[in-house]
Parts: sequence; C-alpha cells; structure tokens
Amino acid sequence: MSAQMHIVGSGRRSTGLVLRYVVASVLALVFLIPFYAMVKTALSTNEEIYTSEFTFWPAHPQWQRIPELFADPLFLAALRNSAIMAAVSTSLSILIAALAGYALARIPHRAAKPMFMLVIIVLLVPATTAFVPNFIIVASLGWIGTLRGLIIPGLFSAFNVFLFRQFYLGFPREVEEAAYIDGAGFFRTFFTVVFPNTLPFASALTVLGLIGSWNAFLWPLVVAGNGQGAMTVQIYLSSFLTAQTFDYGGLFMAATISLLPVLLVFFILQRFLVAGIAATGLKG
Amino acid sequence: MSVQAPARARGRAPDRTGPTRIKGNGLAFWLFFTPFLVGLVVFTIVPLIWGATLSLFEAKGTVLPTDFVGLANFRHFLVDTAFLKSLRTFTVFALFIVPVTMVCSLGLAVLVNGLPRFQSFYRSVFFLPTACSYVVACVVWRLSLFNGLESGIVNQILGAFGLDAISQWLSASPYWWIVLVSVRLWLQVGFYMLLFLAGLQAIPSQLYEAAAVDGLSPGGFRMFRLITLPQLRTTFAAVLLLLLIAAFQAFDEFYNLTGNNPETRPPLVYLYNIALGSQQDFGTGSAGALVLTAIMVVAGLLQTGLLGFGSNDEGGRRFALRLRRGGRSAR
Repeated sequence: MSAQMHIVGSGRRSTGLVLRYVVASVLALVFLIPFYAMVKTALSTNEEIYTSEFTFWPAHPQWQRIPELFADPLFLAALRNSAIMAAVSTSLSILIAALAGYALARIPHRAAKPMFMLVIIVLLVPATTAFVPNFIIVASLGWIGTLRGLIIPGLFSAFNVFLFRQFYLGFPREVEEAAYIDGAGFFRTFFTVVFPNTLPFASALTVLGLIGSWNAFLWPLVVAGNGQGAMTVQIYLSSFLTAQTFDYGGLFMAATISLLPVLLVFFILQRFLVAGIAATGLKG
Repeated sequence: MSVQAPARARGRAPDRTGPTRIKGNGLAFWLFFTPFLVGLVVFTIVPLIWGATLSLFEAKGTVLPTDFVGLANFRHFLVDTAFLKSLRTFTVFALFIVPVTMVCSLGLAVLVNGLPRFQSFYRSVFFLPTACSYVVACVVWRLSLFNGLESGIVNQILGAFGLDAISQWLSASPYWWIVLVSVRLWLQVGFYMLLFLAGLQAIPSQLYEAAAVDGLSPGGFRMFRLITLPQLRTTFAAVLLLLLIAAFQAFDEFYNLTGNNPETRPPLVYLYNIALGSQQDFGTGSAGALVLTAIMVVAGLLQTGLLGFGSNDEGGRRFALRLRRGGRSAR
C-alpha cells in the first residue's frame, strides 16, 4: 500500500521499515530451514544422522549417493513414470478441456446448454473421494499397476472445461471471423488461430498441472499395485518412509532429487503460477 | 477438416450469437466435445453409478456385487465409532490448522505488501514450499526436524530456550498435532498469502487517504481494523471455506506421518483403509465414499453460493457487494 508510505513521518518510517525487513528476513530463513535440513541430511553419513550431536554441515558430504541412486532401477523407473505422468496428463488434459470449453463457448448447438449444466454438476463432485469408485473401474479394466491406470482417469477435469469456456467467451471474435471467411473450418480455425492464442492462458494451468501431478499422492497410491509399472517418485519415497528404512541418507537424497525438477519449473514459470492463482482462485 | 464454413456476407457486423448458420455445426460440436464427454462418462459417471450400486451390496474383495444388503453398509459406516473418531480427528485438526493458516497467511501478506523493495523476493520465498510435495515434506518433518533425537532441529531450538527435548513427536497426543499442523502450514501458507495479497492490492488507496484525513494514523492498528479487515471480507470467506474443504480432504501427511493410527485418522485415511486396506470392503467403502462426497458437495454448494465461479460471475459479485454493504451498515 503505497498510500500508507507517503504519509508516514520519515523518522518513524525508516525504523518501522528496518523492523519489517528484519522480521521478513527472519521468517524467510525459518521457511528455508526444511530445505536446509533435507540437503544436509542427504549429504550426511548415516552415522552422523543418528548421533545426538548437532552439526551444521556434514564433515564429508556424501555426493556419491547421487550416482548410487541413478544406478537404482526402481528409482529410475519411479522418476520416469512421474515424468511421463506429469507431461502426458498435463498436456492431454489441457487439450481435452480446451476443445470442450471451446465447443461450449463458441459452437452453437442445441446440446451446448445441457452439456454445460452437466459440467457444472460434475464440478461439485469432489475428486478426492472418487478414488474408491475410480479404483473399481480401473481394476475392472485391468489397469492397476499400469501407466494407463495412473494417467487416463485424471484427464477429464470439469473445472478446466469451465475455465476454458469462460476464457473463450471473452475471446475476440474478429480473429475467428477472419479465418472462417478464408474458408477454414472449425478444426482448422481452432488449431491454427484460436489455440495458439490460448497458450498464455493455458500456461498457468500447465504449471499448476505439472507441479500437481508430479506431487500427486492418493491416486498413484491407489493405482500403484505391487510392481514398478505405475510407481511414481512420491510412492517410491513414501514406501521407504513408512517401511522405516535404515538408509535415511539415501531417502533424503532421493527426496532432494525428486524436488529439483519441480523447483526448476517453479522458478522458470513462477509468474504464470502467481497469475494463475490470482485468476483461477478468486479475487478480493 | 470436413466441416467447412460457407463464406459469410462481407461487411456484415459479427452478431452476438456467432456463426449460427454454418453447416455441420452438429458434427463440429461433438468432435470438440466428445473426448471430454467420453472420459467424463467412463471415469466419473459410470464409477459413481457403480459405486452407488455397490454401496447397497455385500462386496468384499470383489468389485462385483454379491448379496443385496440394502442400507446396511451405510449403517455400518455411519455408526462405526471409527468413523465418528475420524470426524473428531478432522474437527480437532481443522480447529488448529484453519485459524493458524488464516492468521499466518494474512500476516505474511500484510508484511510482504508493506515492503517497498524486494517484495517479489520475499513473496517467492514464502511461496516456495508450495512446490514441495507432502511426501517430501513428511520425510523431512518425520526423520529430520521432528525425529526425536536431541540433534533434531526442533529439539535444538527447544534446547536453546532451555526446554527439554521431546522424543515422542509422532507417538503421543499433543505432540503429533504440532507435527501434523506445522507441516501443512508450511506447505500451504504461501498459497493463501497470495490470495490475501491479491485482496490487499484490490483495496482502493482512497479509502486509506480518506481515513487518514479523518485522523486515523496511517499503518496503525485502527486503520488495519477499520479499513483493511472489512475490505478483506470476501477473501476471508473464501479462504475459510477453502481451508475447511482442504482439511476435510487431508490424506497425504496423515498417511505418511502417523499411518493408520485410529487416534489420528482423518475421514479419507479411514475410507482408504476400509476400501483398499486388508479388508478390501468395496461395499462399505462405496457407501463411505458417498457419505463423504455428500458432505463435500454441501460444502461445495456453500462455496459456490458464497463466491460464485470466479471473478466475472454475477452471483459472486453480488454477494461481495452485499457483504461490503452489510459490513458498512454494521459499523
């Protein structure tokens, strides 16, 4: 609130400001402690982890844990499955929702209204409790422990369809008109003119989708089965955590590595994320 | 593609209803909408109907109904003390996590909003944990911060204040709530801070100027209580409901920190254990899923009624207006 800033007297203002920066910096450090603890433990020997004496940083950082983990076929399978899931489910769910949202917003049809009502009703059904009925259908299809079972049931988001419909309702009509006049059909218009102009809007959903599916836990746990066919990196970490592993250092290194891709996406695309939350969350 | 638009009369102004007379609209609509519709039917509607059917049958270890038992599964699920206990767990958890997250996210938002420089740096740091998964956070919380060793970071901090180290963080009653609440707080507070920041930045600066003219000291507590808080009413309502719904759906941190402990088992973990634990009781599991779904649909309707579907919704705007007007007349 710049308005506050103008009016405050300069002496009080500067001490107040310094205090504010001190508080903010201390809090920022507190927020970073878990990351520090994670990396520190990942580099400590297991003996150091068990000792009752606190050390700020391990004396001999265990960097060799990184090549050891990348030689573990189970960890590699988990990373690969998570990457495939994040990429495929994010891109396909956005494409499916964009097509459906465009149909509802821009293609006049008798069914558009009832279909929109259907989307609204489905919006109210929470996705989390759906894991029981979804397990039933995925088990019946024989998809337990497969990437299909992991990815396909989550591709159809009524919420995203709703968001895309709202977006296309406000999309400038002139662009499409020009394409139609040039003789392009709905499909060509959509893929050559409309969808490319959707990408800035879709990028916020993409970031949220990438991070959300990489970090997803409940559904991957339900679908994982016994093999490694659908084991994601979160399930890999959780299985070692809940089984009381004794290689804490390895577990922390795996956790650190699993966090790196998300942090990368987060830093590169943060402005889309912030904009996306402001747009899809709510406004004050 | 096959759907061709006939050339429209040149120079005609685009009408509001769009290109209604284009041949093949029916086909185009379904080409665009079918991928979603098929998925919706197969992975939402059929499972719902199937689950509703199973909830009326005995179905243990099979997803095919065997004996019709009427509403016995519902009775079984609802009167089971374990379910009531899970609701109690949710209530206790919500009583802690909702107000704590609310106060902390608002505090962070006010703090960050009052920083003239490096605002985006501090915002990023507070928002950073949002990128972390619950599982990774639970690894750190359970085996490092709250590992019960004297060298554990939280025990070190307790020691610095002259307090005794605690070894049973996850095995004894008041302590596990500290672990469970702090992990979720760290993971979600940045998100709600962003919502409050958006709310703060939407407050017109004239309000503060007018209040300063009326003698309120700028940046003071009275200014905050009389101008800022009332202006954030809609954000408060939204954050409250979002937090409650999120707490009701808590699963990841409970599963990974306290597992199947009946004393700290929220509804979703309980449901998971009925349906997919050793019993594989899909009949009772489906009944339970329907019960929890119904509770959340009610909460969802409440949220929809309160907020509408985003910023360009009429209902939401009218509600916001009503809240603001109500707030003004109350003062």
